[in-house]
Amino acid sequence: MNQWLIGVAVAFVVLAATTAVLTRDPARQAVVLSVLGLSLAVVFAVLQAPDVALSQLAVGTALTPLLILLTVRKVTRRPTRSDDRASDGDRAGTGDDGREQK
Amino acid sequence: MTARARLAVFLAAAAVIAAFFTAACTDLPPFGTDSHPYGERAVAAALDRRTANVVSAVNFDIRAFDTLGEESILFGTVLGATLLLRRARDERHRRAEADRVMPTTRLFGALLLPVTLVVGVYIVAHGQLSPGGGFQGGVVLATALHLAYVAADYRALKKLRPLAVLDVADSLAAASYSLIGLAGMIAGGAFLKNVLPLGTFNTVTSGGTVPVLNAAVGVEVACGLIALLAHFLDQAVELTDPDQQRYGDT
Amino acid sequence: MGTWVFLAAGWVLLIALYGLVTSRNLIHAIGCLAVAQSSTYLLLLAVGYRRDATAPIYSDLTPGTRPVVDPVVQALALTDVVVGATVTALLLALTIQLRKRHHTVDPQALTGLKG
Repeated sequence: MNQWLIGVAVAFVVLAATTAVLTRDPARQAVVLSVLGLSLAVVFAVLQAPDVALSQLAVGTALTPLLILLTVRKVTRRPTRSDDRASDGDRAGTGDDGREQK
Repeated sequence: MTARARLAVFLAAAAVIAAFFTAACTDLPPFGTDSHPYGERAVAAALDRRTANVVSAVNFDIRAFDTLGEESILFGTVLGATLLLRRARDERHRRAEADRVMPTTRLFGALLLPVTLVVGVYIVAHGQLSPGGGFQGGVVLATALHLAYVAADYRALKKLRPLAVLDVADSLAAASYSLIGLAGMIAGGAFLKNVLPLGTFNTVTSGGTVPVLNAAVGVEVACGLIALLAHFLDQAVELTDPDQQRYGDT
Repeated sequence: MGTWVFLAAGWVLLIALYGLVTSRNLIHAIGCLAVAQSSTYLLLLAVGYRRDATAPIYSDLTPGTRPVVDPVVQALALTDVVVGATVTALLLALTIQLRKRHHTVDPQALTGLKG
């Protein structure tokens, strides 16, 4: 029974990791990374490592995706030189969007 | 190098890595093996020092010197990120505006914030007994504070977060780890030696220096991560660049 | 079960390296690096696993009654989870600086050192 549990959890981690790498948009990738963090926490729990699972749960599902989203927000707020995203940048630059990516 | 050439080089390297990794894996002890010589010795040593959570005993007693290295990396990265994300001369500071929040969200945050803070302190304090410790509890404490941002707005978070105090606390906690190590050297003859009384097995005061080091690391991780997130949030929410003044914010 | 849990960790590492090599966005590359880091935790904990054993925590377990999994590898993974996150933060801070000074986050558009 336990072996099957480990197998399913590890398979899910492999799936989530592959999806996270193949998701090229950083904002979407942050969400997939959060799923990966959660599935890693499950794997650690079934591998009898509650300490690591706790740590991974807090860091992997909350902290790392939050940092990536904040960076994305900082980096894409300005229009790029090629101006192809100028309208996007204008909208994001007008201020009251404090919680769109939280 | 073109993207195609880079990919070709990578695929060749990956094939070699995969081949050797697979070969190495077949020679490893099988998954779920019964032979864990280091693990058994660590368990015996931890029980000898009356620490119920063997993982904490390994981290803060048996391999405490290694953890000193880890927490120095943590301190160094927080310092580096603070330096990189400081306000540049050409950046404008824009005050975060007050935001309207749904009353249910506000209630949720107001209820959850104290509970999460208590959970964080509990996890740090009981690291020698149950799963947890300074690293996990510190992360919980740091993320708990940001519930204020979810429940209210950035101004509320800034009021809850005296950055100068946190920076000093971070440095003091990082220094105290080394000082505890030096105290062990003076009292017991070896750096980070567990010299405090070991206490009764399975009580909060057991484990000698383990709970003390746990607390130091907990304070350091919590303060360091709050400071780190503060600089990222400042960059994302409050600071605007000269280019942006030109294009967007008018 | 055999060795396929180890091989799964190897796969996660290689796919993350593939993402790093082909990435056109530094933030995406840092995300891939985080995936590569997680493969090491998977490998470490898989090495330390023992069949039908419980967690190495004796607060509600009489010592000697049940086998426990290897606590040493857990301690290694535990500290690295938190420290790895702060290293990710440092890299993201570098990316923000890079964007400020060079106006790009595409590693392939960074041609050379500018004063």
